[in-house]
Amino acid sequence: MSKARIATVWLDGCSGCHMSLLDMDEKIITLASLIEMVYSPTVDMKQYPQNVDVCLIEGAASSDEDIHKLKIIRLNTKCLVALGDCAITGNVPSMRNMYKVEEILNRAYVENAVLQQQIPRIGVPVLQTRCRPIHEIVKVDVFVPGCPPPSETIYNCVADLLAGKTPDIGATTRFGK
Amino acid sequence: MNSTLASQIVTLKIDGKDCGARGDETILSVARENGIDIPTLCHYDGLTDIGACRICLVEVKGSPKLFAACSTLVTEGMEVSTNSPRLQRYRKTILELLFSERNHVCAVCVSNGHCELQAMAMKLGLTHVRLPYRYPNLKVDATHTRYVQDDNRCILCQRCVRVCAEIEGAHVWDIMGRGIEARAITDLNEPWGASTSCTSCGKCVHVCPTAAIFEKGKSAGEMVKRSFVSELAAKREVYE
Repeated sequence: MSKARIATVWLDGCSGCHMSLLDMDEKIITLASLIEMVYSPTVDMKQYPQNVDVCLIEGAASSDEDIHKLKIIRLNTKCLVALGDCAITGNVPSMRNMYKVEEILNRAYVENAVLQQQIPRIGVPVLQTRCRPIHEIVKVDVFVPGCPPPSETIYNCVADLLAGKTPDIGATTRFGK
Repeated sequence: MNSTLASQIVTLKIDGKDCGARGDETILSVARENGIDIPTLCHYDGLTDIGACRICLVEVKGSPKLFAACSTLVTEGMEVSTNSPRLQRYRKTILELLFSERNHVCAVCVSNGHCELQAMAMKLGLTHVRLPYRYPNLKVDATHTRYVQDDNRCILCQRCVRVCAEIEGAHVWDIMGRGIEARAITDLNEPWGASTSCTSCGKCVHVCPTAAIFEKGKSAGEMVKRSFVSELAAKREVYE
């Protein structure tokens, strides 16, 4: 049996969902035997590959680059999983949405900076007016809430998807868990 | 209490189950007496029901309208349906409207894990909100020495308004504005800390379903509400 092609992506989030993914103890060995990790912050791959079976997305869509990535991911992925509250609700990153981008940047890089007060403009992605849940940009197939979702929930979700079943997230997680 | 209605005995069906009730009872109370669960958010045992949240909407045979179970009296021969696919769909949408209207960030909320809105999302299987969030810029009033009011987390259930007026008798809280502009206010929209009518009893804190009102000094997940208000109200009824 050929291994399932899995990707994970880290957008506007804290990487906590990835930490939870890695926190599944010995189950990660079981999982590793079933999957091929084709793209992830833990894999040195620059371009998002084609024919990905499952992609877990952590983080909200906050910058032009995030939006661009999401569109490429959607085109090349069979099943797209919104992993964690940031991807699903915007969560903490979306708390900037009640202010203007310039106000935020000014606060962070000028008002609160002691040295070299300057807003970075070169080589960094341009922030969108608002940080948004990823399903506002692309169609999402599975939602796994949690901050972060428990590793057990992530394992069961991926295992179900690999077995061709619809994951039953049910009572194992919730917003903010 | 309406004595004429109270003396009437009516029979009705809720989800096919035959129920007997007094004429002055609501669909919600009869359903609960009969072990039928109707989800609620603004209802609080011991406070007057006002049908603010609409989560408890039910269908009554013969009417195209939906009824708030908490504020609709039972009538003879009524046939109530509490959990049809249509109701489930509407309840989810109501929840989505509540989540999208203000800024509910569960992960960093003092009520995380003890919040009725969060629990309702789980109960109704809401994994995401299909409506665009509004992200309004709302005020946090931390002028009171012991408590904080946070508009970001308010669902306008008005439990604070009712508990303060009906149980504490101070009537500090009210609702100002209409529709999307509606806000819970203290006194005449003055800072809570400057309120001369507030007794600092904390009843509003403990009936608040989210963390729109919470105790100072609490960190994420630490605000656990106590349920003494229903007991107080019940005792008062006995002595009245």
